Amino acid sequence: MAEEKKLFKVTIDNITIEVEPGTSILNAARKIGGDVVPPAMCYYSKLKDSGGKCRTCLVRVAAGSTADPRPMPKLVASCRTNVMDGMIVENITSPAVQEARKGVVEFLLINHPLDCPICDQAGECHLQDLSYEHGAESTRYEFNRRTFKKHDLGPYIQLHMTRCILCYRCVFTADQVTNKRVHGVLDRGDHSEIATYIEKNLNNDFIGNVIDVCPVGALTDKTFRFKNRVWFTKPVDAHRNCDKCCGEVQLWMRGDEVFRVTARKDEYGEIKDSSKGSTGWICNECRFEKKNASDWVIEGLSNISRHSVISQGKYPGLVKPNETVVEVMNGHAPRLMMNIHSVSEVNKPEIELSKIAGPAHSSDFNSNNA
Amino acid sequence: MGVKLLLEKAHVENIRLYDVYRREGGYRSVEKALKTLSPDQVTEEVKKSGLRGRGGAGFPAGMKWSFLAKPEGVPRYLVCNADESEPGTFKDRYLMEFIPHLLIEGLIVSSYALGSSRTYIYIRGEYAWIVDILEQAIAEAKNNGWLGKNILGTGFDCEIYVQRGAGAYICGEETALLESLEGKRGNPRIKPPFPAVKGLYGCPTVVNNVETLAAVVPIINMGGEEYAKIGVGRSTGTKLISACGNINKPGVYEIDMTISVEEFIYSDEYCGGIRNGKRLKACIPGGSSVPILPANLLLKTAKGETRYMNYESLSDGGFATGSMMGSGGFIVLDEDQCVVKNTYTLARFYRHESCGQCSPCREGTGWMEKILLSIENGKGKMSDIDLLWDIQRKIEGNTICPLGDAAAWPVAAAIRHFRDEFEWHVLNPDKCLTENYGLRHYADPIHVPVA
Repeated sequence: MAEEKKLFKVTIDNITIEVEPGTSILNAARKIGGDVVPPAMCYYSKLKDSGGKCRTCLVRVAAGSTADPRPMPKLVASCRTNVMDGMIVENITSPAVQEARKGVVEFLLINHPLDCPICDQAGECHLQDLSYEHGAESTRYEFNRRTFKKHDLGPYIQLHMTRCILCYRCVFTADQVTNKRVHGVLDRGDHSEIATYIEKNLNNDFIGNVIDVCPVGALTDKTFRFKNRVWFTKPVDAHRNCDKCCGEVQLWMRGDEVFRVTARKDEYGEIKDSSKGSTGWICNECRFEKKNASDWVIEGLSNISRHSVISQGKYPGLVKPNETVVEVMNGHAPRLMMNIHSVSEVNKPEIELSKIAGPAHSSDFNSNNA
Repeated sequence: MGVKLLLEKAHVENIRLYDVYRREGGYRSVEKALKTLSPDQVTEEVKKSGLRGRGGAGFPAGMKWSFLAKPEGVPRYLVCNADESEPGTFKDRYLMEFIPHLLIEGLIVSSYALGSSRTYIYIRGEYAWIVDILEQAIAEAKNNGWLGKNILGTGFDCEIYVQRGAGAYICGEETALLESLEGKRGNPRIKPPFPAVKGLYGCPTVVNNVETLAAVVPIINMGGEEYAKIGVGRSTGTKLISACGNINKPGVYEIDMTISVEEFIYSDEYCGGIRNGKRLKACIPGGSSVPILPANLLLKTAKGETRYMNYESLSDGGFATGSMMGSGGFIVLDEDQCVVKNTYTLARFYRHESCGQCSPCREGTGWMEKILLSIENGKGKMSDIDLLWDIQRKIEGNTICPLGDAAAWPVAAAIRHFRDEFEWHVLNPDKCLTENYGLRHYADPIHVPVA
């Protein structure tokens, strides 16, 4: 009989779960799910060595393990700290964690341009979600925000370095998914930036995936740029036979028009595994070149969390509520709204409202002025 | 006159050269260690000596060595951290420049103890000329049979390589140093795993400061127990202090950790008093990242006891009323110095040297610098002082490596002890551009409540 694998018992916010040794606190929390999951801006389960940098997933370890129940002296990055048997972790139950996380969100935002109204990532931006949940309502930062010299990354990918939070996900993607990395982090400190050296174009079949892993709007799809807001488009799962990648994608459509193609993502915004079992990275051809609905076999609406702005009005199986106006009006159909100005004797129809400077006042309709 | 172990022969003419160094008794410790002691016995001697890391954190060196994992068939490395870039610290530079063979000797003994056949010296890029000095010393040692294959016929092989950094303070952090040594971007690694398990090229590695490794030589020569008798309590042996600022005799001094801070500043053997007969206002006793102390708390602890130049006494009172021994960069400020400006200068340094990997340090250091600059220029608000306090609190302890803490502590200590000077800057926006706050009450005796 095969020996049974020993599982580690870990308690996160008073919820106990058994996980395999070598699991990180973050992944243990994801197994529990819900509010106890720390937010993660830089960790990406599909990318080796990612995480530990953004510090939003900090948690307090109240007891290290059954063998050594001492608390850890500092808050730890839950994405890079593995569980021990008998570990007790505090996330939302620790005021210190909440305070530190609020601080981290503030740090991430002080140099972020907050140009959400013109940013293509708005609506699916992790930094938006994070600051909505954990941030302060106003900033205490009174200085100029950091700006960068523009770098051109070729015809497909748009880099907005000012929006970058330096999570390094794209660097790991370029390292691990593509066969040759041509971009990385230059310089250091608050002036460090993601860039290609000497304006070298990114030309690799899988480099488009950096757009999907970017948690903010620093790397966006040039073929989708300014075309539409994501919440106006309808995400559907689709596939095609591709000899380079799994070909399983998400189409962002409006009517029959395909606005954008991305990989399929899970509830944590990470690329899902394909039906073949490996991570569902998609190739540049699928992402940028196949923009006709006829290129794809559409499987159906994607399942989007109902808390996301993207799911607005797109619930599958939505039942239209019954019309109640007729009922409450004793069988009368509602009348159309009318422009009463043109039929009213009171407000002098000969006065054209559009010619009045500013809002109309009663004096504008006074007969002496007419 | 205190005991001298490291700088005893520093003034012998041409001690930099092998022949002179050997004539003065150099390389005895290598003979003793390799011929009469096993590697574990050497580690045991270092443990017994109570030697604490001289790079800043003060972690017991022998303990660090005993943590080194020793799996079969995997090479182990010893790396000497000579990336001395802390503002105010220049002791390693002195040691390497004038007595390079002392470091080489310490490295050979330590490599023997740890089983490192390839030992690296990672040296600060700005110390370009010292690389030549060290490489010459290594060549001399090799020519005389102290390095290479089968040293002294014991079967122990060892080579020492010198690697220059490229001018980043962060590469003095041990894991960033290892990354840089491997040829990568000098970003600190996330710990665990610690270097003792997975260090250079994924192999068990010990990283020690130059002074720590040099101190191994007298420890082996005189024995760990004898070495432990020098100094007080857990501050054993001697420590190099690089003194600078407004003092009459800036320079590198070796102390045996039994003298008081007052004696160190005012005696002619050491700093020789404050320059131009001015009065002492404040001091950063252990390199730029440790908390600054006003004169009254520097000379006496909060309990009213005399403060001594050793690990325990300098940190007496914790961060509330104490500081740290740190790396031994002793920076003295006289009554004409502005603490706000000094804090701004340090904040600017940390902003510039942050690696940018984790968000609190990358964003917070720049924010603190900007606020400090506006206060210094008379454009600050009262609320800025509380904001600074809040920012440093949110950086400290929340970063990957200790640089975040090092950036937060000086700001925290300056506000803690010199808040009225910050407030004076805010309340006198014009005056603060032309005048200094001066000494005020910072040297007044502290009222000690009767226990």
